[in-house]
Amino acid sequence: MKTAASSPRPMSPSLMTRIGAPISVMIAGALALLIVGCALMASWIAPYDPTDLASFELINAELPPAFTAEGDSHFLLGTDNQGRDLLSAMLYGARVSIAIGGGAVLVAATLGVILGLLAGYFGGKVDAVIMRIADVILSFPTILLALLVSGIARALFPGAATAEWAPVILICAIAIHEWVQYARTVRAATMVETAKDYVRAAKVIGLPPSRIMLRHILPNVMSPVLVIATINLAAAVLTEATLSFLGVGMPPTYPSLGTLIRIGNEFVFSGIWWIALFPALTLVILVLAVNIVGDWLRDRFNPKLRVKR
Amino acid sequence: MLKVLLSRLGQAALVMLVVSAISFVMFRFVGDPVSSMSRENASVEEKAELRRSLGLDQPVVVQYGRFLARTLSGDLGISYRNQRPVTQLIAERLPATLELVLVATILSLALGIPLGVLCALKPNGVAARLVQAFSLIGISTPTFVTGIVLILVFAVSLGWLPSFGRGQVVDLGWWSTGFLTLSGLKALILPGITLALYQLTLIMRLVRAEMIDVLSSDYIRFARARGLPRRYIHFHLALRNALMPVITVTGLQIGSLIAFAIVTETVFQWPGMGLLFIQAVSFVDIPVMAAYLLFVGLLFVLINTVVDILYAVVDPRLRARSA
Amino acid sequence: MSTLQPPVLAIDNLRVEYPLANGTTFTAVENASITIGPGEIHALVGESGAGKTTIGNAVMGLLEKPGRIAAGTIRIGGKPFDPVAGSAEGVVLGRDIGAVFQDPMTSLNPLFTIESQLTETMRTHLKLDKAAARARALQLLKAVGIPEPERRLKAYPHQLSGGQRQRVVIAAALSCDPKLVVADEPTTALDVSVQAQILTLLRDLADQRGIGILLVTHNMGVVAQIADRVTIMHRGKVVETGPTAEVLRRPKAPYAKALIGAVPRIDVRLDRFPVLGEEGKGRAAEARAALRAKAERTDATTDGTPILAVEDLCVDYMTGGWLPGSTGHRFRAVDKVNFTVRSGEVFGLVGESGCGKTTIANVVSGLVRPTSGRVIYRDKVIAGEGTVRRIGPLRQAIQMIFQDPYSSLNSRLRIGSILAEPILFYRLAATKAEAERDVGQLIEAVGLEAEAAQRFPHAFSGGQRQRLSIARALGARPKLIVCDEPTSSLDVSVQAQILNLLKDLRDATGLTLLLISHDLAVVRQMCDRIAVMRRGALVEEAASETLFTCPQHPYTKELISLVPTLDRIRGETHAA
Repeated sequence: MKTAASSPRPMSPSLMTRIGAPISVMIAGALALLIVGCALMASWIAPYDPTDLASFELINAELPPAFTAEGDSHFLLGTDNQGRDLLSAMLYGARVSIAIGGGAVLVAATLGVILGLLAGYFGGKVDAVIMRIADVILSFPTILLALLVSGIARALFPGAATAEWAPVILICAIAIHEWVQYARTVRAATMVETAKDYVRAAKVIGLPPSRIMLRHILPNVMSPVLVIATINLAAAVLTEATLSFLGVGMPPTYPSLGTLIRIGNEFVFSGIWWIALFPALTLVILVLAVNIVGDWLRDRFNPKLRVKR
Repeated sequence: MLKVLLSRLGQAALVMLVVSAISFVMFRFVGDPVSSMSRENASVEEKAELRRSLGLDQPVVVQYGRFLARTLSGDLGISYRNQRPVTQLIAERLPATLELVLVATILSLALGIPLGVLCALKPNGVAARLVQAFSLIGISTPTFVTGIVLILVFAVSLGWLPSFGRGQVVDLGWWSTGFLTLSGLKALILPGITLALYQLTLIMRLVRAEMIDVLSSDYIRFARARGLPRRYIHFHLALRNALMPVITVTGLQIGSLIAFAIVTETVFQWPGMGLLFIQAVSFVDIPVMAAYLLFVGLLFVLINTVVDILYAVVDPRLRARSA
Repeated sequence: MSTLQPPVLAIDNLRVEYPLANGTTFTAVENASITIGPGEIHALVGESGAGKTTIGNAVMGLLEKPGRIAAGTIRIGGKPFDPVAGSAEGVVLGRDIGAVFQDPMTSLNPLFTIESQLTETMRTHLKLDKAAARARALQLLKAVGIPEPERRLKAYPHQLSGGQRQRVVIAAALSCDPKLVVADEPTTALDVSVQAQILTLLRDLADQRGIGILLVTHNMGVVAQIADRVTIMHRGKVVETGPTAEVLRRPKAPYAKALIGAVPRIDVRLDRFPVLGEEGKGRAAEARAALRAKAERTDATTDGTPILAVEDLCVDYMTGGWLPGSTGHRFRAVDKVNFTVRSGEVFGLVGESGCGKTTIANVVSGLVRPTSGRVIYRDKVIAGEGTVRRIGPLRQAIQMIFQDPYSSLNSRLRIGSILAEPILFYRLAATKAEAERDVGQLIEAVGLEAEAAQRFPHAFSGGQRQRLSIARALGARPKLIVCDEPTSSLDVSVQAQILNLLKDLRDATGLTLLLISHDLAVVRQMCDRIAVMRRGALVEEAASETLFTCPQHPYTKELISLVPTLDRIRGETHAA
């Protein structure tokens, strides 16, 4: 889990118990770490390399999982329509999904925190301009905006759908909507902090705005940002999966979990259930685990933070 | 009141202007309309002629003005892929999407509000914990996975409900409705549930959070201190306060339901605007994308304006400020 | 008091406990006994954490979970209170007990009309029909002194002022003719003049309707003005109880003596507040001497020459604004204000909330720009037309102390780095080590231990934080410190310590203080000269003693007469 690792105090399980995490949250946290860990180490632990065209053959296509009657022990979770080992594809796919989700969160959080700080601290016209842009962006649902961005990108550069560019475009497509949430939260928190006496004290001393914002306000508005980042990581992974499922995300040659489900969906009716099921299950478990941790973090550190306009 | 209305309309116009500008930029600069619209082997002269006839040699501002004028008169261009007017395509697809969204909204409100209240009033009860767990799974499951699972269970395994399409529709003027036939209604069930599920969890969580907040407020404490009956405090007083933000969020959610319908429509092959849009994206059919953007923008702005006005009517604080 | 009727409230040896997560229990109230007869106002006073609100909540059966009554009895109108049911047999909350809370702004539901909130109680408890309830609501509004009651019935809470809302809250509490009213800090959120009206109203209700009132408050002046009997609490225990005049005049318990002694007096100026055990004497004096030496190295003038001049100062605030279709509303917060502060004096600026005094503090310290007029420090314009940039020594010269000690220190930084910030920023120390030494000295100068530098703000109490906030201001070696309500969120005994500290520092370092306060008694104790503000304008300026002994402006007279004070004790005036 990226956010936990980047927070000042790493959340080791023992620390989580000490600060009162219920057992379900600890299990969820462990599960999330497990999936992320496996995904990050995909190139070492995966039995095959699904991006290497030479490593799979059509003759192995659509083999069921090893534990079923017709299964092949070489392919633990079976193979997809091109004969790729599903487990390997999923490990690599999870890595792609997490990388894009994490990247989007990072871009969105950075942008949102900076703009939110500026808007909240300076107020007036700066605030009006930033928040008007945010309002217009918020007028469009994430998925629509993401579709538009990737649609325009495809129209502008022919290479947009390739494995090299698709992740960048996906990250931008998701982040363009998500930064607003950070900006709004940080702006509101910054306005509260700016009115507080310690900021007034810093102003009376005559510290420059950049220093007041970075040294004094930023540390005090970061905890909601970390909470949103956790919950948003789950949302970003979902959005990426949705885009890939719709066919405007990662290409089949370099699939994410969403792409795998898209491929699998075409075979569900013919009884080849595993191609869709296993990636879907992984996706849901990953997102659920991150959400459970995120929810708990929110209740613990910031009960006021809610799904609200 | 008038002032709020005017300021809201001003904002709405601003948003629409931005949206139309984006739409115009897409239309004009993304992809080359001339090469998309002319024959494969058109000569340079033919292309120049087409360029002139489309007005592409004029200054950008003039082109934008013309684009606005054309848009206002209902002409949104011709789909590259279908070679039919975009307005016509959207009009055909609109009823399917709106009916789906309507069903989903009703479902999510009808279930979300009572469940949210339940969770807020008895936060440690078994029912509340179950509902909470369910809601977490709900927001963690992508819409398309829900859809696939529902199809597998109710259409493929049990065979109770259709897995794709709208079933039989009845035409009422230009509006085709699925509400009037049994097969139409049956076809609405699975996509309706799929679309509603995500919103349901959202509304439920919102109601729960608001309700908990309101229940700990001073005025509810004061109501308790006046010895008013529990039921009255919970359902007459607190619920009303808690539902205020729900109005805003529901308004916003209707907009995002329209967008989420893209996914649901893809899974269920539902012949709505979303399916049209997603096909347009894969084929880089710019006029359809631009038109869809404009259209959804318009719907959004309309709904938000209505919600804001509604809000001002319901909340006495705003009513007074605007009077 | 009548002895035939049973007391409306009899609390006997009450003990309230809160089980804590770690298995132990916290005792919020211990062995408390209170009796209130009909028509009697019994004040429950104490500083924060004394357990006074807990008693009020226990009586109403509104103890916050997991608090519980562990021992003792509560009898309401002679009927025993059942701690399990959370009420007394035959006693209905709302009908037999009325409640008034602190903040009238949040006690009423914003979405319902005054009528609906007044009548719902009567319709529930008295089974009145709509018309009868409405008629009674009208009567009640008249009884609590709300003008145009017919029109107000249809109003929503936000359309009423704070004082009117509190009247409505009182009307709601009275709606079913209760025998007992629990009023928890009913005037704390109100201005002095409104407070006086509400107190008179409560007294009349007790006298005319025979209602027993349990008045929870921290304000000794309020107690003196309306209470018949008073119980002083400290850390959950009753310290002293008795008739108001006796307890206030001749307190016996040491804590009660200290508490009453710490209340700033408006009638006479004292040199210092009597305080139980002051901290860090010897080292503080040394540190202060060092501070003075440093201050004089840069500049030395404490001779009564003008240091700060405010000339024709006006500040407008815009509300609303830039949205298309809406025009901004202009609000004049400060209107043509003139005054001069002389070097070495304590200049007080008093007024009720919203009078513009804090805005002036903000302009002087450079946080807000004036709309017109000027502020001149020595011979340099620091705000308004012709302003020189506030940098270096000019910026350094004016520092500020704030109201809320909990928000005035950044909770993410150690005390050491908070205090070092101005020192390093103004380059007042050549090396880090020198800055650290200065910080240690500052901390000692405000009466704390130098080790405090290693800790974070949350390790300190409100009073200690306020000391540290003062230390930060001193770190810049200022000539003038603007004190914006420096003690109004502190308990009275802590307030006394902080005010003593400010006096000592002024004497030791020759600082000039601009003291902003709403509390006339504090201002009298602290200031050499005082300016009174009302609705943005200055109404009167005079030497402190002159202002209090013979105020000129009617508004000043009114303000002074309205302050509830210890020298006008109810019962004594009756006897006199």
